Amino acid sequence: MNDLHQSIKNIIETEPVVAFVKGTHEQVMCGNSQRAMDALRSVGASFAAVDVLPDPRIRQELSALSSWPTIPQVFVGGELVGGADIAQEMAATGELEAKLDEKLGGAWRNGGDERTIAVSDREDPFRLAR
Amino acid sequence: MAEKLEALLRRAFPDARELGVVDRTGTGDHFHVTVVAPGFTDLSRVDQHRLVYDALAEPLADGTIHELRITTRGDA
Repeated sequence: MNDLHQSIKNIIETEPVVAFVKGTHEQVMCGNSQRAMDALRSVGASFAAVDVLPDPRIRQELSALSSWPTIPQVFVGGELVGGADIAQEMAATGELEAKLDEKLGGAWRNGGDERTIAVSDREDPFRLAR
Repeated sequence: MAEKLEALLRRAFPDARELGVVDRTGTGDHFHVTVVAPGFTDLSRVDQHRLVYDALAEPLADGTIHELRITTRGDA
């Protein structure tokens, strides 16, 4: 267990809806990451994005945690929902809204707020001083 | 390359009712694979996709597959 692993785990466990993507919610660097975020947008879900590009270890630790080899990865209430294909399918069939309701109650219907968070946001602030 | 992926999928899912590999860009590195198999029926989509990733682990790891789209279904 290391800091990065713990930070990623914290994000998954504390963010109601989080998408690990290449790029940010405003400047996406990959078509699949775009599709995953568009699926969330299509149902009006607020979400946090995490950019995996700044450090290759983010992707390694994430995949070790989730047993999912590719990016993007969408989590709802701490559960891996899938990558872009599953997110898109579930949005189209109404299953994504059902999953959001099941995991989060009505709390996710709060206006489609989007932000991008850095993995290091959740790390021990004293780590930077070392 | 599509034939190689199809062979890997066929080996992993010998009882698949439907199995397809589409080279989306014609460049041999962006693929859309479809697998419909009875063994998927009781699995979540996440676990269905994990099995496909496992079957294609080698071409994913060595960079042959640059981008992969997956569609799976149980044989309901």
